[in-house]
Amino acid sequence: MTATAVQAALDVTVEAGDGFVGVVPAGGAFRIVDVAGNQAADTLLFDAADVTNRYSALDTIREQGSVYLTNGSRLLSSNLDLLATITEDTCGRHDTLGGACAQESNVVRYGLSTRHQHACRETFLRFGAQVGIDARGLTHNINFFMNVPLTAAGALTFEDGVSAPGKYVQFEAARDVIVLISNCPQLNNPCNGWDPTPLRLLGWWPA
Amino acid sequence: MSTLLAHDIPGGAAWSVLLRAGRALRLTALDVGANASTLIFAAHDRVDRLNVPDTLKAQMSARIRPPMVLMSDRGVGLCSVTGSSLDWHDAVCGHSLDAHVAAFGPSSYGRDRNEWRRSARSGFLSELRKHGLGETDLHGCVNFFSRVATHDDGSLTFVPGHASGGDWVELRAEIDLLVIISTAPHPLAREWAPSPVRAEVGPSTPYGADDPSMTFRDESARALLAAQAVFA
Repeated sequence: MTATAVQAALDVTVEAGDGFVGVVPAGGAFRIVDVAGNQAADTLLFDAADVTNRYSALDTIREQGSVYLTNGSRLLSSNLDLLATITEDTCGRHDTLGGACAQESNVVRYGLSTRHQHACRETFLRFGAQVGIDARGLTHNINFFMNVPLTAAGALTFEDGVSAPGKYVQFEAARDVIVLISNCPQLNNPCNGWDPTPLRLLGWWPA
Repeated sequence: MSTLLAHDIPGGAAWSVLLRAGRALRLTALDVGANASTLIFAAHDRVDRLNVPDTLKAQMSARIRPPMVLMSDRGVGLCSVTGSSLDWHDAVCGHSLDAHVAAFGPSSYGRDRNEWRRSARSGFLSELRKHGLGETDLHGCVNFFSRVATHDDGSLTFVPGHASGGDWVELRAEIDLLVIISTAPHPLAREWAPSPVRAEVGPSTPYGADDPSMTFRDESARALLAAQAVFA
């Protein structure tokens, strides 16, 4: 029986600019649906038993020898523990090098007029606080559905998303993991198609 | 540079230094294949630290090179890369872990004395703990002197021997910094052949609006302005 044939244990919609934190049990499947297309889902994973053992973008990139995440990517912690594996991906490619937006980094990128715009780091801090994760506990995240091409010449750019309405990515937790998501509110670049939209989160847990 | 402090970090070791704003830190590879995995914190508030993704995306680069500004979580220019004999320093592969070092065979102090092989993570944690910091303060590092070639399909290839003895990079501290350096080999290096790195601290020249890091990109300039305003 495929996961989609059974009742989901989790089915929530995260509005644009809102967030989510929750535990996915070992063996659980967690799906993020890009409901309206081109919406960045900024995501962090933590070992639920030890939040210092957290998703590491750079360790994940290095060990798989590629900067993009896709079906089969093993999402590793800073101790090289497997936190989750991407098992389904109808989008094809996801970024983990571009980090999250913050009010302060928006000022660097877009000028002082953006200082009070909502940003992912605000959401990470607000939802992380519910589970004891503070600024020191936040590191470099996954941007599901986001397109950040890197070139052989060493350039890095933000481009329009490769995602589309209804595309989704799914991972299976290798241990109990805390999933922390910011549904990106960024208005100043094409990462959300200039119009942030909802995400749908679905979870199926082992019996 | 008139030198205020000079220290040779042996290969495979770790070191830390508190660097005053306005000082220059020059790192020199003393042999082929050197690597200097580097963490950077704001010394006055160590919650704020180097943010590699923000540094790269704000300056549209997948490598570190002059005259880029290394930026913090809070959008502060921590230091500027004022010069280097190399135009590519890796920042997308992180530091070595114990598992990488274990691949070179067993090693311990009891067996190898001070030649024992330790990972960059081990060295970082050793230095972090001296400053009251720890595992949660680890963050994406810059691997000065190392290059991992990027390809258009997203794949990565380690370039052995990118740096030769005499290659150098110079950083200008924009605010007071805590800098932590490990000279363990790059995590993708296929042999344990750590090279020493010389660290020298001296004064830097005051800069103005025509500074290369100020004129590099609007984003670089705004990070430097944030550094100038870090205390109101």
